[in-house]
Amino acid sequence: MQTKNKKTKFRYVWNFPGFGGWTAIFFGFLYIPIFILVCYSFNSSKFAMIWTGFSFRWYAKLFSNDDIQTATINSFIVAFAAAPLATIIATFSALALVRGGEFRFREFSSGLITLPLMVPEIVTAVATLIFFASLGINLGLINVIIAHTVFCIPFAFMPIKAALEAMDPNLELAARDLYSDKTSTFKTITLPLLTPGILSGFMLAFVISIDDFIITLMVAGGGATTLPVYIYSMVKMGVSPEVNAVSSLMLAFSIFIVTLYWFFNRKINN
Amino acid sequence: MMEKKVNAIDVRNVTKIYTSGNTQTKALKSANLTIYDNEFFTLLGPSGCGKTTLLRLIAGFEDITEGSINLFNQEIVNLPPNKRPVNTVFQQYSLFPHLNVYENVAFGLRRLKKDASLVESRTFEVLELVQMKEYANRKPNQLSGGQQQRVALARALAPEPKVLLLDEPLSALDLKLRQAMRFELKTLQRETGITFVFVTHDQEEALTMSDRIAVINEGEIQQIGEPEQIYESPSNKFVANFIGEANLLSGVCKTPGENGVCELDTGHELNLFVPPHIKQNDKVTIFIRPERIKIEKSSKDKSQLSISEFTYLGNAATIQLKSNNQLINVNLPIEDLKIFKKDDYVDIHFPKESAQVID
Amino acid sequence: MNIQGENKTQNRILSLLPLWIVIGIFMIGPLLVMAVVSLMESNVYGGVHFKFSLSGYRQILFDTNLFDEIEFNPAYLIIIARSFMLALAATFLSLLIGFPAAYFISRQSDRVKNILIFLVTIPFWTNLLIRTFAWIIILGKGGVIESSFNFFGLLDEESSLNLMYTNSAILIGLVYSYLPLMVLPIYASMEKMDLRLLEAATDLYSNRIELIRKIILPLSMPGIIGGSILVFVPCLGAFIAPDLLGGGKKLLLGSLIQFQFSYARNWPFGAAMAMFLLALVILVLIFNARLNRKHREYANQK
Repeated sequence: MQTKNKKTKFRYVWNFPGFGGWTAIFFGFLYIPIFILVCYSFNSSKFAMIWTGFSFRWYAKLFSNDDIQTATINSFIVAFAAAPLATIIATFSALALVRGGEFRFREFSSGLITLPLMVPEIVTAVATLIFFASLGINLGLINVIIAHTVFCIPFAFMPIKAALEAMDPNLELAARDLYSDKTSTFKTITLPLLTPGILSGFMLAFVISIDDFIITLMVAGGGATTLPVYIYSMVKMGVSPEVNAVSSLMLAFSIFIVTLYWFFNRKINN
Repeated sequence: MMEKKVNAIDVRNVTKIYTSGNTQTKALKSANLTIYDNEFFTLLGPSGCGKTTLLRLIAGFEDITEGSINLFNQEIVNLPPNKRPVNTVFQQYSLFPHLNVYENVAFGLRRLKKDASLVESRTFEVLELVQMKEYANRKPNQLSGGQQQRVALARALAPEPKVLLLDEPLSALDLKLRQAMRFELKTLQRETGITFVFVTHDQEEALTMSDRIAVINEGEIQQIGEPEQIYESPSNKFVANFIGEANLLSGVCKTPGENGVCELDTGHELNLFVPPHIKQNDKVTIFIRPERIKIEKSSKDKSQLSISEFTYLGNAATIQLKSNNQLINVNLPIEDLKIFKKDDYVDIHFPKESAQVID
Repeated sequence: MNIQGENKTQNRILSLLPLWIVIGIFMIGPLLVMAVVSLMESNVYGGVHFKFSLSGYRQILFDTNLFDEIEFNPAYLIIIARSFMLALAATFLSLLIGFPAAYFISRQSDRVKNILIFLVTIPFWTNLLIRTFAWIIILGKGGVIESSFNFFGLLDEESSLNLMYTNSAILIGLVYSYLPLMVLPIYASMEKMDLRLLEAATDLYSNRIELIRKIILPLSMPGIIGGSILVFVPCLGAFIAPDLLGGGKKLLLGSLIQFQFSYARNWPFGAAMAMFLLALVILVLIFNARLNRKHREYANQK
C-alpha cells in the first residue's frame, strides 16, 4: 500500500462538496431558458419551435409591424410618466420616514408603501379594474399610468431609503452648524448626496413599469395596449417567431437597465 | 488671577429628556455650568453620561427640555444652529463627501455670504494653520484619518466661531496620532484664543489638555475644577474612581473636626480633615491614591497587612495588600521592585494631606 | 435629532401627503370598492346589480342547479386546493434548489459574491411573461425537449410527451418565476453568519451533515422563513404560469379570478374570490409576523 505519499485534499470545514456543482445547475436553470429563447429568435424557420437556420428576418419584421411599434411607444409613455411620479413620491416619503424621527403615522406610512408588494398582483389588478370601471374613469393610458405609479412606489422607495440611511445624519447638522439654513442645507448637502439613490430608484421603477403585465392587462382598455400585453396576445394566438424576437429585445432592454443600475450602485458604495 | 474672567457659556438648570414611545430618558438633570472665555474646557464622563447631549444642546442640534444657555450673556436656546456663532468638530468628522477639502473648509464662510476674496484668503489661512494646504483639492475619502481630522478642525475654525465644540474628536485616531494631536489641539487653542469645549471619556486626555474639567455621570455634573484639583481632591466616590486609580478604604471617625482622627479597619489611625457633617463613631470612607502610599517591611506580629498580589509592569509594579477583607492597592516604584515579594508583611505610610474623607 | 424651534410635524405631513393620496385613493380605494362589489349581485350583462347579496361568496362552494336547488359544487374547492398544493410544492422545491446555492454564494469572495447575487436578481427584473413563455419553447409540442428526444431516437415524430398543460409544467413555471426570491433572503442571513461557528462545531466533533442541521439551518432560519413567504404568496395568486403552461385547463386561484373578469364576466364572484385570496395572504403574513416575533424574542433572550 502506498498510502505514505497520498494526502487527502485539504478542505475548509465551511466548504461543502457538491455545492459548487449544484450552484452551477441552479444558474443553468435560471439562464438556459432565456438563452434558448434568444437563440430561437434568430431561427429562420416560420415555425417558432423548429430550428432551420440563422436569420435576422424576425427582427426585420418587427420594424414593419405597426402594432408592435404602437405598443412599444405606449410602454415608454407609461414608464416615462409613472416612474418619475413614483420616484418623486418615494423620495419625499423616504425623507419623512428616515429623517423625520418618530411620529404617529410612521408605521402606517411605511405600511402604505409596502402595501402594493403585499397584495397579490392579480388582486391589485382586478381591484383597480373594478375601481376605474365603477367610477366610469376611462382615460386610456392615464388609467395605466395611475396603476403603474402605485405599483412602482415601493420599488423606487427601496434604494432611496437605503441611500438616506447610509448617509451620515451629522452631515446635515454640520451644514446647519456652518450657518446654512434648512433650504440651502437640502440643496447643497442632502440632494447632491441623495441623487444616486434617487436615480437608482427611478431605474428600478422604470424597469418594473416597462415589464408589468398583469395590472396592465386588466386595466388597459382598447388602444392602451403596452408591449407585454401585446406579446401576451401574440402568444395566446399561437407562438410565432416574431414573439421570440420582440421578447429577446425586451429582455435585453431590462437587463441593460438593471446592469446600469448595478454599476451605478457599486460606484456609490465605493 | 487678577484679570476679570468673561463668561463664554452659561448653562443654567438645563434638563434634557428624550421621549421614545412611552419611555422617557433623562439625559441631563438640571445641569449648571460656566465656561470662561479663552478656556480649554472639558466635559468628561463615561459613555451615555450626557456629555455629548450637553454639547449638542449648545450647538443647537437638540431641543432643550428645560433651562437656558447663554453665549456671552446672550440667550441662544431659541436660535437654530445656523444662527449660533459656535462650530462643531464631529466625532466621525462628518466631512461632506461630495466636496473637496477646500470647499468643505469654505462652506461656512460661503453661507455667511463673505466676500469671495475673503473666503479664499481665510480658507487658505486655516488650511495653513492645520498644515493641510497642499491637500485643498482632495476629496475627503482620499485622506487618512488624521488628515480628515485636521480638515474637520479647519472647517469648524474657518468662520471664527466664538466657541469651538469638539465631540470626542480624537477617538477615531490610533494611539500615537491621538497623543500627538492632544498637544496640537492645545497649541491651537492657545494660538487662536478661541474657547474650546471638548467632550471625551478619556481621563488622560482631559487631564493633559484642559484648563478646567467638568466630570459628568448619569446626567449630573459631579465636579468642576482644574485637572489637579479633580485628581487630588475628588468630591465624591464616582470622581475618585473614574479618574485614575483610587483606594476607598472604610473606617470609623474617632475625633471629628478640622484636625480629626479616623481609624481604618486595618487598625491604622489617620490624622486628617473631617468634614463638619461627620460625627464621632460615624462610618467613613477614606480616599487615597495608590502612588501616595509608601510601604516598608514589617513582620507578622507587628502588621496585619501582607502582599496578596504582585503584578510586574516593567517600569514599576502594582501590589495588592490584604487585611481583614480590605484590599489596598499600592504602586511600587522601580527602585523598590527587588525589595518586596508576595506574602511579605508590610506597613504603610502616607502624607497626611493625601488622604481624604469622601462622600 | 430635533432641532430647536423647528416644526417637523408640518414638514412630515407635507412630504407624506402625496403618498397618502396616491396609495389611499388608488390602492386602498380599489380594494374597498372590490370588497363592496363582492357583496353585490351579478348582472346578466356582466356588470353589477346594486343589491346586497352573499351569492358571490356562496358560489365558491355551492351552485344553483336547473331546478333552482342549491347544491354543493367542489369545482372551485378543487382549484383552491390545487393552488395551495402547487404553491407549497413550489416553495419546497425552491428551498431545495436555492438553499445550497445561497450557501455556496455566501462563501465566495466579496467580488464574486456581488456578481453572483446580481446574476440571481437579474431574472427578477426581467419580464415574467417572457421568461415563462420561454418554457413553452422548451416543454411544448415539438419544443426543445421533444426534438432532442426525436434526435436521439427516443421518440417518434408523431407522438408527443405531453409535457405542457400539466400540473408539473405549472410547477416548473412557478419555481422558475420565484426562485430568486427564495435565494436572496437566505443568502442575506447566511452572509452574516460567522464562519468560526462552523469551525467551532467541527472542532467539537460535528461532521458536515451535522454542521448543516445543527448550525447552518438554525442560523439561516429567518432567511428560510422570509424566502418561503416571498415564494409562497405570489405562487398562491399566480396567473402567468397557470395561464401559459396550464393552458386554461388547470386553473389556479389567480387564473380563475382573471377568468371571471375577462371572460365569464361574473364580477361579484371574481371579487369574492379575490377577497378570499387576499384573506389567505393576510393570514400567511400574520403567521409570518408571529414567527418573526418569536424568533426575535428568542434572539433577544440570548
